Amino acid sequence: MATASATTTQTLHTIVVYLEDEPGALNRVVNLFRRRGYNIESLSVGHTEEAHISRMTLVVRGEDAIVEQCTKQLYKLLEVIKVADVTNDSILVREMAIIKVTADKPESRAEIMQFSEIFKARVLDVAADAITVEITGPEEDVERFFALLRRYGIKESVRTGRIAIARGSVANSAI
Amino acid sequence: MTLIENAPGKTARTTAGLPIQADNRFTARELDGARILCECLIAEGVETMFGYPGGVLLPLYQVLGEYPEIRHILVRHEQAGGHAADAFGRVTNKVGVCMGTSGPGATNLVTAIATAHMDSSPLVAITGQVGRPMIGKDSFQETDITGITLPITKHNWLVMDTKDLAETIKKAFYLAQTGRPGPVLVDIPKDVFQAKTYFPGYPTEVKLRGYNPNYFGHARQIKQAANLINLAQRPVILHGHGVTTSGAYLELAELAEKAEIPVISTLQGLSAFPSAHRLSLGMPGMHGGIHANHAINESDVLIAIGMRFDDRVTGNLKTFARNSKVIHIDIDPAEIGKNVPATIPIVGDIKNVLQVLNKSIEEKTHTDWMAKIADWKLRDTKRREAEMDRRGILPPQFIIQQMRQVLGGNAVITVDVGQHQMWVAQHFEFEKANSFISSGGLGTMGFGLPAAMGCRLAIKDESIPVWTVTGDGGFQMNLQELATCVQDDIRVKIAIFNNGVLGMIRQWQSVFHDKRYHSTPITGPDFVKLADAYGIKAWRVSEQSEVAQAIKEANEWPGPALIEFIIPEGEMVMPMVPPGGSNMDAIEAAE
Repeated sequence: MATASATTTQTLHTIVVYLEDEPGALNRVVNLFRRRGYNIESLSVGHTEEAHISRMTLVVRGEDAIVEQCTKQLYKLLEVIKVADVTNDSILVREMAIIKVTADKPESRAEIMQFSEIFKARVLDVAADAITVEITGPEEDVERFFALLRRYGIKESVRTGRIAIARGSVANSAI
Repeated sequence: MTLIENAPGKTARTTAGLPIQADNRFTARELDGARILCECLIAEGVETMFGYPGGVLLPLYQVLGEYPEIRHILVRHEQAGGHAADAFGRVTNKVGVCMGTSGPGATNLVTAIATAHMDSSPLVAITGQVGRPMIGKDSFQETDITGITLPITKHNWLVMDTKDLAETIKKAFYLAQTGRPGPVLVDIPKDVFQAKTYFPGYPTEVKLRGYNPNYFGHARQIKQAANLINLAQRPVILHGHGVTTSGAYLELAELAEKAEIPVISTLQGLSAFPSAHRLSLGMPGMHGGIHANHAINESDVLIAIGMRFDDRVTGNLKTFARNSKVIHIDIDPAEIGKNVPATIPIVGDIKNVLQVLNKSIEEKTHTDWMAKIADWKLRDTKRREAEMDRRGILPPQFIIQQMRQVLGGNAVITVDVGQHQMWVAQHFEFEKANSFISSGGLGTMGFGLPAAMGCRLAIKDESIPVWTVTGDGGFQMNLQELATCVQDDIRVKIAIFNNGVLGMIRQWQSVFHDKRYHSTPITGPDFVKLADAYGIKAWRVSEQSEVAQAIKEANEWPGPALIEFIIPEGEMVMPMVPPGGSNMDAIEAAE
């Protein structure tokens, strides 16, 4: 039916993209999202086990039909070799953040160290009035850790986007 | 765009001033980028290209004369060169080639590239770029043309090493004409033209890992589609330009005739199915026939073939084909479900898919359905006849009818954008595939004349007339090309529909914007005198009785020719669906 519509609720989708490591390839992906009005929540990209192939993890917010359009449009880019929406797969997701938090009182320093231990965050650097910690985990953990540290005053922070990989022995690859 | 940076290089010259052809052309040898490009183009079968020289292209123009196989048409503006190459590609289903220098030469190509992109036309645009050490330094006539054309090309490349040039050209041509065709741009820095490398010959194979168009539809999907069609009571075919690019005219006709299915052609699909065929319902949508829109609305199965449900076709999507099951066949998977959800999606080349589909289609008649459509059509026919039959004025619809009578079904017609475009689409009875060339997607004014130049040069048979129908507005956007037509003896015939206004915009002002005719009255030169100044034969026609004779004379004139038709200012294109409105709510007559 021409009027039939898929779910109109906006959800977060995790999309894995394999693309050739060519100049401008990343630009093309980002430009596509801008041009068609898709919302990128996060994007991370890096080399893979195969030479000249990059793997990108995108988190996109949108209706199912729109996200499907988005994956089809991604496929049209010459450098894009494979696109997989892994949202409903059994996946491990991780994000990393490095946070420099104010710790100018002994008690706050102790609390931050305690929180870090609970969240399995790593203390990277300690200064007289600040601690720099690294946390790796699902976004929710990173969010909660941020929320806890906020009361001490976050001086500076940096976060990667989400990266995702399938559980078990099934492997995604560019082939 | 011409800039001479250095004194021209030394080249052996004949008395005619052209370089001597080297004996070892086309053999494997150490060669500069400029000659590599020429030999690649020839290997690719390029006979005509449309270009404009400039500073960074000088190394190429220095050697172009050594390759007389390539006819270089010096246009007067790169945009026109782009449109000419685009139309050349469309009318032949081969790749058209245009060329511009760096900076403004390249940006002037942008509108033409965007036009080709929207209409899936096979085009290779070659641009010169500043030398590699100058890139990124805001050098004279530098522009990031690969960045600029990123969203309007199928792909583009900046060639940073002469070693990569031949392979890149091969990829560009392959990409432009396979799958869903489209424009490809290759940007070549000046020193890449100059640098030498060993050139073993034009590559025969191309490897593009991320590009694997699906040419054959899924067998089970095709079977399901056939079942649906065989059960349909009120089927309709709605086809677009994909039938043309795939060359699936016969297959389309077979499907329609076998199961007696009416055929509706989108603007870009026109001419792929004969307009006079008893099953043809013409064009749908905003200016489509009432019967075509009603047929879509009441269909139970809508077979969409090589088309993309443009908003000018569908009107308000919420009210479009709401009772229909949609079979959508297209080579581009991203088109399926983009605007209209498909009950049965089939991704593949139209010709291949229809060949398989037709085998499973049962011979059938749909007598009641055809009778119902005939009733709607009668209403439309009466409206058209009334439009045609008016005394004391020169109705544009009448001119088009006369053109068709004089020129016959062989003629190739290019159009500009606006009212005249719609009148041609509505009233010219197309008979032969690829005989209607129009900027449908982008709606580019100024397209008509250069497009006609491209078609004229592509069609070797001089007995096939090539005409452009244009408006006084659109014509003035690229009229500089009259000089090109004269210099290169390109025998295009130009019909200007002069109403002294930007007619389509005025029509919208009239119907939707309170009749405030701001900035739509437009003056022009005396078009007959203008043609004369260029050395082009011209006629002015304002009486119905003069129309056929003028068309005949212009058509037979051994050179480019122009007719200015004086038509009424307030003339409107009817029927008309208000933008965003339902196709069922068409206005059928101006008040």
